[in-house]
Amino acid sequence: MAKNAMLIDVSRCIACRACQVSCKQWNRLPAVKSSFAGSYENPSGLSSATWRHVRFRETVEKGEVKWRFLSFGCMHCKDASCVFVCPVPGALTRRDDGTVYLDEQKCTGCKYCISACPFDVPHYDDAKGKVYKCNLCADRTANGLTTACAKTCPSEAIRFGDRDSLIKDAKSGGKKIYGENELGGLSVMYVLQEFPSFYGLPERPAMPVTTAFWKKVLKPLGYIGVGTTVAAIILHYIAIGPKKYKGGE
Amino acid sequence: MTNHWIDLKNSDCILVMGSNPAENHPCGFKWAIKAKEKGAKIISVDPRFTRSSSIADIYAPMRPGTDIAILGGMINYAIENNLYHKEYVLEFTNAATLIDPQFGFMDGLFTGFDKEKKTYDRATWKYQTGADGKVMEDRKLQHPHCVFQLLKRHFSRYTPDMVSKISGMPKEKFLEIAKLFCSTGAPDKVGTMMYAMGWTQHSKGVQNIRTATILQLLLGNVGMPGGGINALRGHINVQGATDFALLYHDLPGYLGIPSKKDHPTLKDYLEKTTPKTGFGSNKPKFFKSLLKAWFGNAATDKNDFCYDYLPKASGNYSHMALFEDMYAGKLKGFLVVGQNPAVAGPNGNLERKAMEKLEWLAVIDFYETETAAFWKAPGVNPKDIKTEVFLLPAASNVEREGTYTNSGRWVQWGFKAIESEADRKTDGWYIYQLGLRLKKLYAESKEKKERPILDLTWDYGEGTPDAEKILREINGYAIKDVKKDGKVVVKAGENMPIFALLQDDGSTACGNWIYSGIFPKENRSKNRKPDKGDTIGANLGWAFAWPANRRIIYNRASADANGKPWSEAKKYITWDPNAELPDGKKGKWVGPDVPDFKADLAPTAKKEEKGPFIGIGGRDAFIMRPDGKGGLFSPLAEGPFPEHYEPVESPVKNLLSPIQFNPVVKIWASDMDKLGDANKYPIVGTTYRLAEHYLSGSASRNLPWLCELMPELFVELSPELAKEKGIRTGDNCTIETARGKVKAKALVTERFKPFNLDGKKVHLIGLPWHWGYMGICTGDIVNNLTAHIGDPNTFIQESKAFLCDIRKGG
Repeated sequence: MAKNAMLIDVSRCIACRACQVSCKQWNRLPAVKSSFAGSYENPSGLSSATWRHVRFRETVEKGEVKWRFLSFGCMHCKDASCVFVCPVPGALTRRDDGTVYLDEQKCTGCKYCISACPFDVPHYDDAKGKVYKCNLCADRTANGLTTACAKTCPSEAIRFGDRDSLIKDAKSGGKKIYGENELGGLSVMYVLQEFPSFYGLPERPAMPVTTAFWKKVLKPLGYIGVGTTVAAIILHYIAIGPKKYKGGE
Repeated sequence: MTNHWIDLKNSDCILVMGSNPAENHPCGFKWAIKAKEKGAKIISVDPRFTRSSSIADIYAPMRPGTDIAILGGMINYAIENNLYHKEYVLEFTNAATLIDPQFGFMDGLFTGFDKEKKTYDRATWKYQTGADGKVMEDRKLQHPHCVFQLLKRHFSRYTPDMVSKISGMPKEKFLEIAKLFCSTGAPDKVGTMMYAMGWTQHSKGVQNIRTATILQLLLGNVGMPGGGINALRGHINVQGATDFALLYHDLPGYLGIPSKKDHPTLKDYLEKTTPKTGFGSNKPKFFKSLLKAWFGNAATDKNDFCYDYLPKASGNYSHMALFEDMYAGKLKGFLVVGQNPAVAGPNGNLERKAMEKLEWLAVIDFYETETAAFWKAPGVNPKDIKTEVFLLPAASNVEREGTYTNSGRWVQWGFKAIESEADRKTDGWYIYQLGLRLKKLYAESKEKKERPILDLTWDYGEGTPDAEKILREINGYAIKDVKKDGKVVVKAGENMPIFALLQDDGSTACGNWIYSGIFPKENRSKNRKPDKGDTIGANLGWAFAWPANRRIIYNRASADANGKPWSEAKKYITWDPNAELPDGKKGKWVGPDVPDFKADLAPTAKKEEKGPFIGIGGRDAFIMRPDGKGGLFSPLAEGPFPEHYEPVESPVKNLLSPIQFNPVVKIWASDMDKLGDANKYPIVGTTYRLAEHYLSGSASRNLPWLCELMPELFVELSPELAKEKGIRTGDNCTIETARGKVKAKALVTERFKPFNLDGKKVHLIGLPWHWGYMGICTGDIVNNLTAHIGDPNTFIQESKAFLCDIRKGG
């Protein structure tokens, strides 16, 4: 089956943030009451009500200012840690078309996925008691439409389409792709102008050790009981530490 | 725009100056990005590093209000380094024309300045004519009084060192951008310019654009694909509003409002305002057709086509002048449609105070704007205000149909998406009903002064006016059969196919000649056939572009004097001597666009002695000008060449002349019009917009998703200034000018830098002006800081460069 994907070429991004708004509009996500946070970034990051967020990175190199932008959301990994750790059948699945789908109806709000994600994508909603993230506009793509963010992007920085074609296109233009092979291949890929860490992306994204352990050892044993999950969380805490927000300036 | 959005992709070098398209025109900016991906260079010249700068190949900083110095420096650079396009300049501009020997320029002033009245007598600003009455030329461009030599001398003072001292742009940066942009003087290279309020909102706004135009003419970039001077409109239909004379000085199609003093009769008006040569000589046809469209059967040859019905201008009715009159208690009522002057108008404190003096105010809008709620402003006690305020609910743009004219002059039909709920009515409904009700009120009147209302054609259906009926009137129709060469070409009652067939005898009606041809049989603004494949992007099958569906104006100049392309790479409109005309004769202009020239006028043709193109020969590419030449020399209020003067509020002395600021600037002087000096207000302030909000914010500050993105007013400043003032990002700050003060949160950023002006350090702060006290995210009104200072040609405000101070706290 052809794989859906988005390729985000940051050299075309003008940080208009139309992707951030169109995501909210299509997915009927509420605005968050925000206040001036010291930059053009507002709200300051992803949340249960913000599934796409544009990061602004400002620096000075050899006396010249650089201002770079990154439209960021769920990366839809092939080796998706969130899917591996999710204990509820069907709540988080990787679909054949490449979408990592979070089913709101089935999510119990256990938050394992939040701990496991190498990109800090899923977020918990206190009021609803569930976790939320980008579903790659599965309800649109299933009907032959592009994702809302790609549809809205005025400078064609975000393109949606067949993964192989997007990769071929970018490579024919001599561009290096972030996410082609990482974590088995991401469904959301970037063409970057700086090192990944400049934008707050992991240089070499990897499944957390604990998740790998979970995948290889614990999960095949079946859902043995609460003890295992607690063990996994403790292991994760020891191995990775508490969650840290990598963004911000 | 002389060109259009898609055409940006054909450019080799894009100068983004006086605009910030990535933030304010994001959808159009993609064509600049496409050009870049094909190898074009983008230059961003701006007082601060913007989101547009982030895409640019080169960013060059400049102090606000020094555009003429920089562009003038580029003119000097192009001439000194022989980078200008010599054949283009010789053939298509007035470079060779000799100017009156009395004309001169000294100590910052052109000849004819009246120190008392602060105006110019333009008597010497004219072409020199020989004994035969013909304009004199020196085609070698050597005569000391030919335009080229005068221009060269004038701008020779704009050396790279001088440019850098005035603007604060490092000299090497200036040389880098001058070299790059002037490289488009080569025949196979084309550069374009994108500008907006950063060029216009100055005490010398029009001359900023004139300087750019001169540079573009010198480099042979006008009329070319990927070239031109491109004004980016800040609103979906500003171009349309301008075309239809929503400004006080004009009539639809830029025909010009008659003056009470100079044009008491139709004969006076037409004789004094119609050029004798060039396509402008057709003005009587367009003007009389306009009167026929407006006054129908009442307009006859015997009564001067109801010329007396038109209001005659006797004063300045520009935005600031009206508010000054209002403040002086001279205006009783005020009808506001589609704008929010309480936030958008300069010297906001004065403008809101002025509204308190009105007897009545009516606002048509879909939110209660700050203007509608001026009586609720902070510090105002509603009990003190006697103005009766009416807020009339407007339908939004998706609840109405009609046309929008974009920056590229493309007129596109907008279909109605949803029916209006409740009482909301379209702007058109309000205006139409107002007319109908006035007509009813005066129906029995026998008084002559009531005739303009009673005789006005006002028949566009029931209730909401039928937009297509209006568009048909705009397009024009034949009242009697229109004949050409003895044959009937348009029958009585039919729509006009093109403005060229409009008549000056009352047999045609046309509401706006430049739009004529939009509705010949079908409504061409509804055309939706884009070009197929990878074309040059003219897209003649998509919408209608005025005039005559032409996408690039002055496009005759895209071919050389002999009608051949300047280069194969930039081939556009060319002369094909073998192409057959309908009458069997051979030779016409061909290409992917509608030629901007007489279709069969050969490049070798002498000047036409009669007819619509009188005075135009085969090489006169600029047909709207009397001499057919691009105007390197062209009089405006301040002179026929641009000259750098400081902004009225400036931290430094003018280094180029003893004349500190525009000698003919309009500065209003009520008790609320104060000017600040650099001792008290040493910092340069400027204002701008953000991608996240729209204009005065009356719509966007009522949308939670957009308030979330940019919730509060902030002020941007450099780390150096922040250190001096002890300010950190997030601190509350107070910004003050001689007019008022605002509070804002600080954003300290490397994107702002102090300027080095001839050794003096001058700081810059910048504020987005979207906020007000209504809506769901509120903030102080930044225009409380700006002044009633007007460009003497357009009376636009100088809000892009003013003096202020900033302190922590507030």
